[in-house]
Amino acid sequence: MRRRHLLIVCLALALVGFGVFAYKVLWLGFPVRPDERSETWRVEARVTFEARGAPAKLQLRVPQSAGDLVVVEQNFVSPGYGLTTGFERGNPTAVYAIAMAEGMQTLYFRALVSRTLLQRNPPQEQAPELPVPNFGDAEQVAAQNLTEAARAQSADRETLAGFLLARLKDGKPTSEVGLLLGPVPSTLRILNVAVDLLRLAGVPARTVHGLTLEPERRQAQFIHWLEIHDEGRWRPIYPWENRSGPPPATLRWWHGQLPLAQVTGGTKLHHDVSVSRAYEHALTTAVRHGKQLEEKLVEFSVFGLPLQTQAVFRALLVIPAGVFLLVVLRNVVGIKTFGTFMPVLIALAFRETGLLAGVVFFSIIVAIGLGIRLYMEQLKLLLVPRLATIVIVVILVIFALSLLSIKLGFDRGLSIGLFPIVILTMTIERMTTIWEERGAGEALQQAAGSLVVGALCFVLMSSAYVSHLFFVFPELLLVVLAATIALGRYTGYRLTELRRFKPLAR
Amino acid sequence: MIGVFKNARGLHAGGVLGINRRNAAYTLVHNRRELYPLVDDKLETKRLAEKAGVAVPPLYAVVEIEREIRALPQKLADREDFVVKPARGSQGDGILVVVGRSRDTYRLADGTSLTEAELAFHVSNTLSGVFSLGGQTDRALVEYRVQFDPVFERIAYRGVPDIRVIVFLGVPVMAMVRLPTRMSRGKANLHQGALGAGIDMATGTTLSAVWRDRIVDDHPDTGVAVAGVKIPGWDTLLDIAARSFELTGLGYVGIDLVLDREMGPLVLELNARPGLAIQLANRAGLAPRLEAARAAFANLASVVERVSFAKDRFRSVL
Repeated sequence: MRRRHLLIVCLALALVGFGVFAYKVLWLGFPVRPDERSETWRVEARVTFEARGAPAKLQLRVPQSAGDLVVVEQNFVSPGYGLTTGFERGNPTAVYAIAMAEGMQTLYFRALVSRTLLQRNPPQEQAPELPVPNFGDAEQVAAQNLTEAARAQSADRETLAGFLLARLKDGKPTSEVGLLLGPVPSTLRILNVAVDLLRLAGVPARTVHGLTLEPERRQAQFIHWLEIHDEGRWRPIYPWENRSGPPPATLRWWHGQLPLAQVTGGTKLHHDVSVSRAYEHALTTAVRHGKQLEEKLVEFSVFGLPLQTQAVFRALLVIPAGVFLLVVLRNVVGIKTFGTFMPVLIALAFRETGLLAGVVFFSIIVAIGLGIRLYMEQLKLLLVPRLATIVIVVILVIFALSLLSIKLGFDRGLSIGLFPIVILTMTIERMTTIWEERGAGEALQQAAGSLVVGALCFVLMSSAYVSHLFFVFPELLLVVLAATIALGRYTGYRLTELRRFKPLAR
Repeated sequence: MIGVFKNARGLHAGGVLGINRRNAAYTLVHNRRELYPLVDDKLETKRLAEKAGVAVPPLYAVVEIEREIRALPQKLADREDFVVKPARGSQGDGILVVVGRSRDTYRLADGTSLTEAELAFHVSNTLSGVFSLGGQTDRALVEYRVQFDPVFERIAYRGVPDIRVIVFLGVPVMAMVRLPTRMSRGKANLHQGALGAGIDMATGTTLSAVWRDRIVDDHPDTGVAVAGVKIPGWDTLLDIAARSFELTGLGYVGIDLVLDREMGPLVLELNARPGLAIQLANRAGLAPRLEAARAAFANLASVVERVSFAKDRFRSVL
């Protein structure tokens, strides 16, 4: 009964811990390893126009998160301009406006885009009322012929669109297709005609303009494809070979026949879009991304704290890992240590000094303190003054060691001031008692045990990987908690007992 | 790694009880926490035992506060020998055995001597909790020094040998006699280098011994074989041990007894977390005996039945 209860508690804790962990890794894209760089790009649109010394207004389409790409952050650089955002025929649009502008104007739009592991489907949407196109008399006939032929040879909207696109692409300039497209048509022209034909056939359709995100690209060109409305959603129809999708990491920017930018009160409108890979820590991206997706969750995590507090938690959150290791080393391996958690505190002190210097300093301080304490045994001091004496001696030794190591050009010496003085004092006192009562061997053995366990805890706790894991995924502490509780009912032999009781083995 | 599992299986087959299992399956389950003070404080144990009519070493004095230390020499003026111990000491730490005195100095069992001031310092340390579990403030007891029965004379180096019996649910399951050595400085504590000799539960005869976690046959100081010494009044010892269950309510205890030349068996102390080296001394694992006692517990109504069950079932097979 107790066993089952324990198992349920541990499983529940581990499940919650791993669940949140998986959610953060898979959904929010938090990096599992420290310093992992994600696929993040900076996209910049630079728009220039010549103002006429009158009020000017610039409309610029801005991209939205779609598919596996997320617009993490966007900003508008527009000195002197007022900025509003809104929608223009279904497209998110930024409107830069100014009461009076003269000469060349330069405005920027910048966005940080990153890729997540999870593909998001376009939302359900009502079919929009799109205007039925007006063709000239001759074109009207050609268009009707084409759509009727297409309808006869297709099963649904998707195949209809595919068929029309195919016909338009390999049509000869003399045919009906040629009549509709005109001489040497661009891809965009073909798509626009396809949209008209689809609408004529009663299928809501629109052109889409996107940008392929590349590591480094100036004057990036938009690529275009179609979207048709089918079964309550907009579905992409790609005009490329075999109707394959666009290159990976293509950011859908806007749709329809509107241009990227429109200006009123200005001329010589020009825009230049560039893309570059952003080598930022994936973590920052994930958090920004999280802020858009799950603001609450992120705010409630470590990242909602001020930076200085975060540093404190970075240290605090790894302690359970050290404590767990201590439990393993004491209860499964069977190493004897002074005090229960003394080794973990030693390990924390080592964070400041580094392992080697820490072990050396610790040994020197304890050795000197022990020598003085054993000498003081002759003075027969009472307990509290005796402990106070050791505290003072320890501080003096620390001070002298710091001075000495600075003089020797060893700057690590400074950090031993942060050694836990009280812990050192209690170690010395306990070691003396054991030394006196059970002999030097036992005392040295326990001291060595404490030092070894402390060093191991330090190695674990200072590992960049471990500290990253617990800092970014504090929910893993629940898993550590579950493992610790489970170890609380570990009733097997300790490794040291295997040797101790070996003569009794059968 | 495979060797580790093989060893673990070997120990399991030998019925060896490990410390994790002792804690999880026995002390945590059968020893209720609120009963611990009864055995952690030797003064409490002594009062309890006296009330139940179990013999204990007579108490000479108790020192509870620093001021009482000054009056101590007066109180002990007509005592030639005595033992000073912390009420809540663990593993025999802080015990002083005074075997004689000459004017202001006390002679100790380990051959050293102590001035009156040094004795006062020791008592003061005891009060401030240097030897106590968890460093709590403590009391110091001064009591009768046991004149040990000559039965162990040839296999003990000074000091007082004592007999440790593990009692589970009132059934004595395993026993050993702890023999002081030169290394243990006359103390009967295995951690301090004393020798632990197993005892055949059926007959009360000593078996081979464990010394510093090694199995030995002879006393390291005297060179005399440890085995084959018959403990007088074994049945009485078992009877006292079995009664400890009703005395304290603790299911799993180690009871420490001494054989006094005049007063017979005396209870020194009880331990709610007795060590496991007793298994090495007896060359037998505790686990099968504990399980046998657990299985038979319901059918063992009286102390007599429990003792005869122990004598019958836990006969040494060595």
